[in-house]
Amino acid sequence: MKRATAILILTFLLLAGCASDSGAGDASPASAYIQNKGSDTIVNLALAWAERYQDEHPEVRISVTGGGTGTGIVSLINGTVDLANASRTIKTEELENARAAGFEPVEHVIARDAIAVIVNPENPVQALSIEQLAQIFKGEINNWSEIGGEDRPIVRLSRESNSGTHVYFLESVVRQGNSDDKSLFASNTLLLPSSEGIISEVRDNPNAIGYDGLGYVTPEVKVLGIIQPGQPEGVLPSVETVNNGEYPISRDLYMYTRDEASGALQAYLDWILSPEAQQIVSDLGFVPVKQ
Amino acid sequence: MKPTRTTLQSDRLINAVIRICGYSSIVFVTLILLFLLGEGLPALRVTSLRDLFGTIWYPNEALYGILPLIFGSLLVTVGAMLVALPFGLLTAVFISEVAPRWAKEGLKSLVEILAGIPSVVLGFVGILVVVPGLRRLLDLPTGLTAFTGALLLGLIAIPTVVSIAEDALNTVPTSYRHAALALGATPWQTIWGVTVPAARSGILTAVMLGVGRALGETMAVMMVTGNAPVLPTGLGALFQPVRTMTATIASEMGEVASGSAHYQVLFFIGILLFLVSLVINVAASAMTFRKRGRSERVLS
Repeated sequence: MKRATAILILTFLLLAGCASDSGAGDASPASAYIQNKGSDTIVNLALAWAERYQDEHPEVRISVTGGGTGTGIVSLINGTVDLANASRTIKTEELENARAAGFEPVEHVIARDAIAVIVNPENPVQALSIEQLAQIFKGEINNWSEIGGEDRPIVRLSRESNSGTHVYFLESVVRQGNSDDKSLFASNTLLLPSSEGIISEVRDNPNAIGYDGLGYVTPEVKVLGIIQPGQPEGVLPSVETVNNGEYPISRDLYMYTRDEASGALQAYLDWILSPEAQQIVSDLGFVPVKQ
Repeated sequence: MKPTRTTLQSDRLINAVIRICGYSSIVFVTLILLFLLGEGLPALRVTSLRDLFGTIWYPNEALYGILPLIFGSLLVTVGAMLVALPFGLLTAVFISEVAPRWAKEGLKSLVEILAGIPSVVLGFVGILVVVPGLRRLLDLPTGLTAFTGALLLGLIAIPTVVSIAEDALNTVPTSYRHAALALGATPWQTIWGVTVPAARSGILTAVMLGVGRALGETMAVMMVTGNAPVLPTGLGALFQPVRTMTATIASEMGEVASGSAHYQVLFFIGILLFLVSLVINVAASAMTFRKRGRSERVLS
């Protein structure tokens, strides 16, 4: 996470450097700066959008950093960023903090994301039900042989608890969408600080099971299908299965502004919902917002 | 030679500057302590001591049991010392007592290079080499364990142990060694029976500072220990994932709203870390002072 953030900052310093060198001749200094920070799930998408948008609108400079949804929203409240990327909706206490700071955050749905459940390619298991996933991550199923796999211990991987993906997975899979359910991840669930950490452990370790945004999944890991009640076969995540509701573990991705956006920020948010920007969404493995 | 008035004045000025620098470090440490206490002690008001020393750490649900984190840090630090002490002390003995002069200089600079490797880089090596290697070698469910963290931390603490222990061995007067050899002791008997015991308190200081280095390290530990807040039970826990106090602060501080209960509990963990390293440092310097007293007695 730290490394990814550093690389992004460096990239943008370089880009900004190049832009100002070439821009010096035609004397069009940037008139608007947009600071964008938050969810690590969204960071690659936000970066791709920012690059394309700056190509078309040289008067706007956008800097993008990751760090997690919680981090982004705290920065929005502290006033250090204009636009917070979030892979979950804002929490009640965050909303209260924002109101205490004197503004009303506005939510913008910018894309959708499927959460893929991933295992090592050597693992023979092909699909699991939400019920089975909940039992695995609660620590009730501890061996792959209990769910049709080899006799191997199950190693559970999760993102850190400040990640929006972690919160979403807890609510919709571990607690199966039941808000009275107070179950937690098993205490020996490994909390890894980055998406890359999860992918690399799943790639190397045949015991591991993890989850990650579909956009981050590489061909070196195996995506499990999700078996819906009453259906024989698992459904794999894709643009079609997410949009027609067959794949159950998907969520909206958001950007938050401090108040109703205006000027360059509003123009940028409008552009994000344009067909051109939503094409980038599908290019990166996310699901475009239905128009 | 009689000092002129200007040299007296500049003398006084330099003295004042040195004094300010000396006192300012005390002031800074005091301010840091006050800040930690101010931000962390309110944690006792929002959660009871019983909850604070509970066994489940899941701040999203206001479960602030820090026992798993304390034992996690303890386990990794003890493991690191089991690696760093034998290697570090024997390396120091070799550099100071055994190695020929040319090897001595080369080894010393190599140890300094080891000290200069950023812990993040060691963390990468850990993730890419040590983690998968240990899992296959020991047939563990996962390589992200306390033991992996202890190995890397040991490597990080070795330069501290080596350089301080080596300094301590160097301050042992050559006459001790000559006397031992003259009485017919072999070189090994001289090292083990005379030189090392004479440098004992300096070596203990090295051990203490090594412990402090291992306890405070964050990045490499966060990358390889798996960060699962499990309460360790028994020695088998060394081969299971753990979450340390430092890794918890580092990974969660960025997201908490300032002033919230979670924020205060993280600062409370900071107070605990501060107190432990204070005790370690005081113990280490007490030993250094005691050593000076004794060698003065011997020489007089």
